[in-house]
Amino acid sequence: MRQITMSTKTKNSGVKLEFNKGWGYQPAPESTDHIRLEKKYGHFINGEFVAPSSGKYFTTYSPSNEQVLAEVAKGDAKDIDKAVKAARAAYNKVWKKMAPSERGKYLFRIARMIQERARELAVIESMDGGKPIRESRDVDVPLVAAHFFYYAGWADKLEYAYPNRKPESLGVAGQIIPWNFPLLMAAWKIAPALACGNTVVLKPAETTPLTALKLAEIIRDSGLPPGVVNIVNGYGDAGAALVNHPDVDKIAFTGSTNIGKYIQKATAGTGKKLTLELGGKAANIVFDDAPLDQAVEGIINGIFFNQGHVCCAGSRLFVQEGVAEKLIRKLKDRMETLIVGDPLDKNTDIGAINSKEQLDKINSYLKIGSEEGAEMWQSSCAVPSKGYFCRPTIFLHASQSHRIVQEEIFGPVLAIQTFRTIEEVIEKANNTPYGLSAGVWTDKGSRIFNLTSKMRAGVVWANTYNKFDPTSPFGGYKESGFGREGGIHGLSAYLKIS
Amino acid sequence: MTQIDFSQTPSIDQVSVEERVARLNTRSIKKSAKVHGLKLALNMIDLTTLEGKDTEGKVRQMCYKAMHPHDELEGLPTTAAVCVYPTFVGLAKKQLGNSGVKVASVATAFPSGQSTRDIKIKDTKFAVDNGADEVDMVISRGEFLAGNYNYVFDEIAEVKEACGNARLKVILETGELSTLDNVRRASEIAMRAGADFIKTSTGKIQPAATQPVTLVMLEAIRDYYYETGIMIGMKPAGGISTAKVALNYLVMVNETLGNAWMNNHWFRFGASSLANDILMQLAKEASGVYQGPEYFSKD
Repeated sequence: MRQITMSTKTKNSGVKLEFNKGWGYQPAPESTDHIRLEKKYGHFINGEFVAPSSGKYFTTYSPSNEQVLAEVAKGDAKDIDKAVKAARAAYNKVWKKMAPSERGKYLFRIARMIQERARELAVIESMDGGKPIRESRDVDVPLVAAHFFYYAGWADKLEYAYPNRKPESLGVAGQIIPWNFPLLMAAWKIAPALACGNTVVLKPAETTPLTALKLAEIIRDSGLPPGVVNIVNGYGDAGAALVNHPDVDKIAFTGSTNIGKYIQKATAGTGKKLTLELGGKAANIVFDDAPLDQAVEGIINGIFFNQGHVCCAGSRLFVQEGVAEKLIRKLKDRMETLIVGDPLDKNTDIGAINSKEQLDKINSYLKIGSEEGAEMWQSSCAVPSKGYFCRPTIFLHASQSHRIVQEEIFGPVLAIQTFRTIEEVIEKANNTPYGLSAGVWTDKGSRIFNLTSKMRAGVVWANTYNKFDPTSPFGGYKESGFGREGGIHGLSAYLKIS
Repeated sequence: MTQIDFSQTPSIDQVSVEERVARLNTRSIKKSAKVHGLKLALNMIDLTTLEGKDTEGKVRQMCYKAMHPHDELEGLPTTAAVCVYPTFVGLAKKQLGNSGVKVASVATAFPSGQSTRDIKIKDTKFAVDNGADEVDMVISRGEFLAGNYNYVFDEIAEVKEACGNARLKVILETGELSTLDNVRRASEIAMRAGADFIKTSTGKIQPAATQPVTLVMLEAIRDYYYETGIMIGMKPAGGISTAKVALNYLVMVNETLGNAWMNNHWFRFGASSLANDILMQLAKEASGVYQGPEYFSKD
């Protein structure tokens, strides 16, 4: 019988696989023929599109080719006031009094209309935000519809969520959402607010206003009473006006930790109910017994999903040292097969960085990481010459004290560290001001439970990453915010429970 | 050097494997990439007939089809091989002549493998002596599932020796192995015992080839290549009958093992009806319209 060994390490360091040399896929762009965009969009207030009080508009561009998509009304304090008044009137006259089952019907109708217009919404989301159509089509838009369906079901069952207590709506909810999941974040905010009987003023991000405006069209066409949902576009000053408006009962914010801190200060002592979903710097932890090829897939999904513009992105990778060499080799091979380019191409894995500003920020971190002494590696993929793009990047030999390990980059950049013991990795993983999410990869069930109970993170995924479902609560520890969105937990953010 | 412990092969997470396959299947292959892929797939086919009712006439017809898949279309490749029972090897060899199309023969008490070692070796030698370029053996699934990994290893090594210069494809019959962990383990045993190719299925057991199983085997090949520098071929067989699915498999190879495996020396499809679906798609790409199935010869 032959004697053989099975090594865990690579012996033939000269051996290498070659990707992207032979069979190349042809461009397969999703058609945009069916997309109807207005040249100019107003605010959506009291059931109709209205011009901004200042008469000012801003331009929204496609980050993949820097083309102008539309002019959008630039909101200010006057517009916000108008929207809040409309929301208050709708709340008092219609929405508060409506039978909960009727409220649910509107939400079901909106959910179905989103499904009917799924393709259009996905294409616009990719045009305006830069995310690949594969994601907007397969992840964002289906989840948007799922959130409306899910909360539609709760509308007339709130008393069952809080047995022997009395849940009541709050009033007018001011909601401010980010640019990384424009339509999905709108759904996360609007659906539970309406199901709980509140009316809404929503302020989308200035780089990605279009899908929220399409949602406004859907809401209008659904016959939802005017003023129940109002959408005011604009910059930070419009958001600040919403936060500081005296007639708003609740603020829900998703975005950066800095702005979150400002909002918490601004709302302190006002009686406004507040939920914040802020930044993150999640640890993705791979043990030596993990199914490595599948862990690589999870790492890829964790950090390169949506160009890394994900608050719960697995941006810190911890690999147990025995498998580090092998895992990193696999990761590099997998990264070589990632296609970076036109967001509307069905084969694109990584689309455009959302804005020039964000690309500059990411590039500055690439410089910082290299200067700090970490070893930068990027895939060799081609990148379009126009638009804002960034190659998928990893930093090897990163240290806990490096800025690329401590600070949220919000781009396709992964910092890799190795570890030896479970105590060490728990300490390092928790050693961050953030605490939104984490991942653990191991074949051993008991280790999963041990580790997840010690991670100070709102969501911990085991042997998977970036899984979202409307039934599951989502939210953070520490500087990643407070309050939960999604699931039964997401209701209490929009209710007074006595 | 120590003896290998095959109970310690890498673990596989089935859910993630299926997700990876689903993601690979979202690749959109159009226009010239599609034509290139389809021709490549045609060129990778082991055109197969493995039935009790096989006749010399049927084998003769199949050999002609392998060399001339569809003469109406210009620039088509031949298939990679024909795959037959040992008794038809001599005939196939004669029919194929110097066309470059290989003769593959199943052996070792195909498809069940329920026979003695002696008979399996004799079966193999008979096929090789009659001119088989390639031997498709089956592993002893009973021994594998009982945990007698060394038995399975030794048997493959002996058959490999009996093959001489013929290339050995080792059929794991993954439809009987129950878990992807077992698929990975059987792949390790086969590669280390001397397989030139690892192959999913006989086609006689359902499920035959599936994409998750094939992906796990491709990943095993990749790890073995990095460890030893030795390339191993891959052959999914059974159940792949449409051009679209064949392209899905090629995408999987392309993004798992890369360019070096994208030829019929390292990748094969064990199939019979796949060829005509590919031809139908190629004819459509050339003329712009679909032709009915009766315009393609059924051999």
